[in-house]
Amino acid sequence: MPRAFTPKVVTGNALLEGDVIYLTETGDWTRDLAEAEVLSDEADAQLRLLDAQSRPGEIVGAYLADVTPGPRGPEPAHFREAFRRKGPSNYAHGKQEHRPGAEL
Amino acid sequence: MYRYTDFDAGFVAERNRQFRAQVARRIDGSLTEDEFKPLRLMNGLYLQLHAYMLRVAIPYGTLDSRQMRQLAQIAERWDKGYGHFTTRQNIQFNWPVLGDVPDILDALAEVEMHAIQTSGNTIRNVTADHFAGAAADEVADPRPVAELIRQWSTDHPEFQFLPRKFKIAVTGSPADRAVTAAHDIGLRIVRAADGGIAYQVLVGGGLGRTPMIGKVLHDALPEADLLPYLEAIVSVWNLLGRRDNKYKARIKITVHEHGIDEIRRLVEARFAETRAAFSGIDQVMLAGIRAAFAPPAFRDAPVDAYHAARDADPVFRAWTDSNLAAHRAEGYAIVQVSLKAHGATPGDASALQMRVLADVAERYGHDELRISHEQNVVLPHVHLSDLPALHAILRAHGLGTANIGKVSDIIACPGMDYCALATARSIPVAQEIALRFDALKIEHQVGDLKIKISGCINACGHHHVGHIGILGLDRAGVENYQITLGGDQGPDAALGQRTGPGFSADEIVPAVERIVETYLAERAGAEEDFLATFRRIGMAPFKAALYDAPDKEARADAA
Repeated sequence: MPRAFTPKVVTGNALLEGDVIYLTETGDWTRDLAEAEVLSDEADAQLRLLDAQSRPGEIVGAYLADVTPGPRGPEPAHFREAFRRKGPSNYAHGKQEHRPGAEL
Repeated sequence: MYRYTDFDAGFVAERNRQFRAQVARRIDGSLTEDEFKPLRLMNGLYLQLHAYMLRVAIPYGTLDSRQMRQLAQIAERWDKGYGHFTTRQNIQFNWPVLGDVPDILDALAEVEMHAIQTSGNTIRNVTADHFAGAAADEVADPRPVAELIRQWSTDHPEFQFLPRKFKIAVTGSPADRAVTAAHDIGLRIVRAADGGIAYQVLVGGGLGRTPMIGKVLHDALPEADLLPYLEAIVSVWNLLGRRDNKYKARIKITVHEHGIDEIRRLVEARFAETRAAFSGIDQVMLAGIRAAFAPPAFRDAPVDAYHAARDADPVFRAWTDSNLAAHRAEGYAIVQVSLKAHGATPGDASALQMRVLADVAERYGHDELRISHEQNVVLPHVHLSDLPALHAILRAHGLGTANIGKVSDIIACPGMDYCALATARSIPVAQEIALRFDALKIEHQVGDLKIKISGCINACGHHHVGHIGILGLDRAGVENYQITLGGDQGPDAALGQRTGPGFSADEIVPAVERIVETYLAERAGAEEDFLATFRRIGMAPFKAALYDAPDKEARADAA
């Protein structure tokens, strides 16, 4: 049996703003992990990554990040990805600023 | 203070012009990221976890009010209203967008500042004792020679492709507040036999993955030989340095692999060549630079108001007890302004706080400011009679915390809250430790205790030389914190020893608390500081407190 493939999303940083972005099913970028396309097939994931890497005017440092599918979309599998999704813990900056009810 | 010559101003302007065009070419697609990355790093621009980060050099930690105000304006106009002062006397802006960076660099150039050589495999911003030119215990001001080294090393043609980054620190005091033993080259200005000054040269120090204390390469180098000797050291390493393995590329590994005696022999041989190439123009330039660092005109005034305020106001008294250092001039003090208010992010200052610091520097401090590697701001020359008014202004802006050198005066790198290299967070740990000891109200009872926190093995938080060092790691997908004890950043620098298994994020603050409780129980008296107690009683009592005592279950989870 081949090893089970951990689901992935394509992510990296936006060229102009430098913030965290994810690839969606339609090939657009989203700032919200919940809207990212979950890739459960390894070959498919590699193709989507190549697609992202061929858009150097939009994304920097594209890579595949492990996720756990959940009822509200993919959840980060590692704490580093959780911080990337949320923003820093000392100020409500980054993605926290754009959420309703964010403390500032 | 040193002022840019036409050459300096032209050099920075030309570099900024080039970088503006490079950014434009990256944005229009003419440059790939692989092509652009080395160019942006040469200009201090990183891409971090959530955004770009611009690292700006504060050469030898010295600023005037005009520069501090410009940093405040940059923070407000192009960032999120604050800046982060680092352990290498830099300031980092955490949120610039790519297209704004050329404008930020131009704004810096207006006040004779830049971000050149704050990143990449170059000779980095030269750091110095933050009490330079003011300390009572100083042999000589280290800043003129630090400026000379900055000029010599900037765009040096032989050193454009070094094996790795290269850091130089200079102290002019035997107290060594510049951590010279943890630098690639550490320079200590010493009194020469003839009454003049000479340089003790340390080489091969560094923290990071393989921490090493620098070794003495030369005991008393004459000043006129300094630049050719430095050039010889970097030149020898440039040839020997391990470009095959970035983890073995720093000069500390070169010194370790070849031995200090062999390195000395090679440096002396190379020095014979470099010495001949220096005509003495460097000494003429040094004399000019030195004139620019002439001390301010200190005033002679009564200090009764200072003593009266100390007697009348216990808060002021506590602040003067912990935040002042001895000044060379009669009636003056060195003031350390803490950027470590309990619960705040170590090293962060808001734009408003920067402006307040600029104002008080202008009004009470001969227009001088320093940034310490301990992430605080220093007003190096304040007359004692001005301290009550200064303290009132600082307090009103969250800058009056009386904790210099105490448990809550913590060095912390940005950690995984910002840094792409980090393996765990540092800032929340620092915040929680400071809040905990503030709540316990034992900070002043504990006395001098340096806690230093790094969020990865690269050790920007200097954890190896903290009395208590904390290293954040990723252990099987969970943040885990290792503790070292007994590190020392001073003239007899020492690396801390690991206590044992690490602690979870929930366990690290109670663990530090148990260490401090153990110290208080074991110390010979209030005069015996933490480091002295540790050296006397050793690791065993601390280990017992961390790993044996009562709630074993929590410990097992943590390990």
